[in-house]
Amino acid sequence: MDNNIINTIEAILLGAGRPVRMSEVRSILASDGLSVELSDIKKSLNALEERYVETSLEIKEVASGYRLQIKDRHSTSLSHLWNDKTPRSSKALMETISIIAYKQPVTRGDIEDIRGVTVSTKIIRSLLERNWIKLSGYREVPGRPALYVTTKDFLDDLNLKSISELPDLPDVSETNDIDLLSQVV
Amino acid sequence: MILFNFLLYFIYIKHGIYSKNTIYCIKIDTLLHYVVFYMLDNNIAQLELPTYMGEKFEKLPDDLFIPPNALEICLETFSGPLDLLLYLIRKENINILDLDISKITDQYLEYIEMIDAFKFELAADYLVMAATLAEIKSRLMLPKDSFEDEEDDPRANLIKRLQEYQRFKTVSENIAIMPMVDRDIYVASAQHPELKIETKNELKISIDEVRDTIKEVLNRPNYKTNHLIDFEELSTQERIQILLKILSKRNIITFSKTLQKNEGKKGVVVTLLASLELAKDGYLELIQNKSSELFLKSKGI
Repeated sequence: MDNNIINTIEAILLGAGRPVRMSEVRSILASDGLSVELSDIKKSLNALEERYVETSLEIKEVASGYRLQIKDRHSTSLSHLWNDKTPRSSKALMETISIIAYKQPVTRGDIEDIRGVTVSTKIIRSLLERNWIKLSGYREVPGRPALYVTTKDFLDDLNLKSISELPDLPDVSETNDIDLLSQVV
Repeated sequence: MILFNFLLYFIYIKHGIYSKNTIYCIKIDTLLHYVVFYMLDNNIAQLELPTYMGEKFEKLPDDLFIPPNALEICLETFSGPLDLLLYLIRKENINILDLDISKITDQYLEYIEMIDAFKFELAADYLVMAATLAEIKSRLMLPKDSFEDEEDDPRANLIKRLQEYQRFKTVSENIAIMPMVDRDIYVASAQHPELKIETKNELKISIDEVRDTIKEVLNRPNYKTNHLIDFEELSTQERIQILLKILSKRNIITFSKTLQKNEGKKGVVVTLLASLELAKDGYLELIQNKSSELFLKSKGI
């Protein structure tokens, strides 16, 4: 592969600081007067990947394209650098986003049915602000409740390419819940 | 208010210090342990009274400050009544069968009494669960044959909900430990160094343009003279004739060239009026392209 193209692609990824689609790379290269096929861009990305084996960087394909990221073994050093300003996700928030991810599109009522507790506006707003979920429409029932789905940003943030890469939802009653419950009531 | 008192004790024992306006950071798991302990036993007398500076306190200090959200924290440790129930079932393996319904209800009511000031929404959800539990229990206590013909075990619905909730609780815990951007993964980016390109502002003008411009400037009437009301020395009608005469010789002329310096501002106004008049009647066309100059173009009538 042409080293110049590989370096240009590396520069694009570094400059973007976000996932970039191959088609986007192609059009950027094209406006630079470089006509490069998608297959060649893929080859360049592979070449970059090889180049990074010995470094702290890696190329990762996520939902919105390819991005350059720091290998996760360095995350502790970096969290010291940034003084632990890690976004904390509450239990309630994680449960809510999980229900949306596996059952989408869902209304707040659907989430409440499963969680047995009112879904606070704060959680929905925080998910919307993070751009993890978005409004996909309204269910045509009385009250027309809003339907929520997860976004590509959610997958990007979880280092995933597609929703199918999420862990499997455990099967019902694999556990001995009934036995346990019989002790309760 | 027993639980509230319990929390006071807990904070007191754990920290051994108290002061007004201190926000206590309680590790939630530790608090949870004590809350469960309380719920199981409901006997705070067993808790040791705290000692502070070698002295035993017989009662709680009057100025002990409890942050208003302390209870909220306690309830929010569980993400809901189902979570609380699951926790109690799994962790402590308790047997609610031994508790009588009125006791459960009392406990829940106490809870609600305390938290409604802080978060009524939350209390409502716990109240629903209390009612459900009480209802199931009461139905189970009925003589067996009286509900045998019923299709469903009264517990079935609750079991189903608990199982469904358990699935999502498990998976949400799995997702929570997945590598996440800005926590475990950091996106690499680099910024372009600041560019220092000097922008050259070259003017491209020809000598002709300079000459024309200076001519126009010198010939420009003084727009800044005072306004004096005078007899109309210049007639629009007359100017129309002049303009027509000029345009009969030349097809196109710039507006400024039709002006005469000695006529001053009035001359400009009259000429403009005359050209507008002519344009209205269709004798000429007024053209102004990107330059500020106005052109008068004969329509050849």
